[in-house]
Amino acid sequence: MAEWRLYEVFVRSKHGLNHKHVGSVHAADNEMAMENARELYTRRSEGVSIWVVPSDTITASASDEKEILFDPSEDKVYRHASFYKLPDEVGHM
Amino acid sequence: MYAQMVDTGTKRLKTLEEMSPEERDFQEKVDAETKIEAKNWMPDAYRKTLVRQISQHAHSEIVGMLPEGNWVTRAPTLKRKLQLMAKIQDEAGHGLYLYSAMETLGADRDDEIQKLHDGKAKYSSIFNYPTLNWADMGAVGWLVDGAAIVNQVVLQRTSYGPYSRAMVRICKEESFHQRQGYQILLDLMREGTQAQKDMVQDAINRLWWPSLMMFGPHDDESPNSQQSMVWKIKRKSNDELRQMFIDQTIPQLEFLGCTVPDPDLKWNEETGHYDFGAINWKEFYDVLNGNGPCNHERIATRRKAIDEGAWVREAAVAYAAKQKHRAAEAA
Repeated sequence: MAEWRLYEVFVRSKHGLNHKHVGSVHAADNEMAMENARELYTRRSEGVSIWVVPSDTITASASDEKEILFDPSEDKVYRHASFYKLPDEVGHM
Repeated sequence: MYAQMVDTGTKRLKTLEEMSPEERDFQEKVDAETKIEAKNWMPDAYRKTLVRQISQHAHSEIVGMLPEGNWVTRAPTLKRKLQLMAKIQDEAGHGLYLYSAMETLGADRDDEIQKLHDGKAKYSSIFNYPTLNWADMGAVGWLVDGAAIVNQVVLQRTSYGPYSRAMVRICKEESFHQRQGYQILLDLMREGTQAQKDMVQDAINRLWWPSLMMFGPHDDESPNSQQSMVWKIKRKSNDELRQMFIDQTIPQLEFLGCTVPDPDLKWNEETGHYDFGAINWKEFYDVLNGNGPCNHERIATRRKAIDEGAWVREAAVAYAAKQKHRAAEAA
């Protein structure tokens, strides 16, 4: 079954929410991937919309890139609202 | 339990000092309950153990469809038939969630299925027992799925992210299975004839001990458990899980008005648990090693399904190629 591609499946659980990764399926083509995803991941109305994406088309960050990619934001505390102290009198902002 | 006796390939546990920096980093993450994800570094033995365990677990779900499939055409009413088919479809789904989790480790689904069909991979011993009467559908749902839930609820906290997430999904669906099974038994016990009530007791008599065996050997006979616990692949020991299952099942049994075939079973006021009799481990190992009542039949059925479905898979590939070709020509 090597010709059957691996697809990643994303499901929008209800209107207004974003799609979330739920797992993968094998399929001969895109349409079959969609049918398989529906059968496998939404048997109990878990979703209102499905995306299927060939796994080999996804570019992912490598775990050893963690520091290069994500560390710079750690020392930019001024990007967070909690960095700015307001007098109590100002109230909620 | 759905994965019994998973070999970890390690003879003894390493101390933190003996580990390479990567291994230590990995173990500290596990200790801190940080989930390990597919792209993270992991010891080779951890990866191999997971592939063995998750594939065994997946095979169990897939083979587990067969004892129930036996009753689809014999279900007493259309309602029961629909329920049974929904349950069997769930089992197929559970198998696929698990193969999907396994593939994130770099294993290939077809290769692992081939190992099952070649008799080189294990699956839960429980599915090598026959389902002889309709009450077996009730007893399987209640006892077998019940035992599966005890194990799987704990596995939701397993250290490998994709496995853990598959477990969360499976657990949500599993309680339908157990209730469905229990209701079959309840109806027979409440409204059934004496013959039907005897049928329930007969099903329980045959499936009780095999259900307890699902949890695997006693802790002191389970050489691989220690490593799996340190890696947090396993979260509770075989004996702990077995005891949990017994403690929660006996009140349900009593409510049915049935008994289990164990004269030594009794409530122990001191420990707050049920004591129970000795398990026939010879039977367990016989079944696990391929000599249970249905081992040959189960594998033969699986092989037949794969072989006879080959043309469908080939046709799907040919169709996809043709559609692609046509689309290219039209463009």
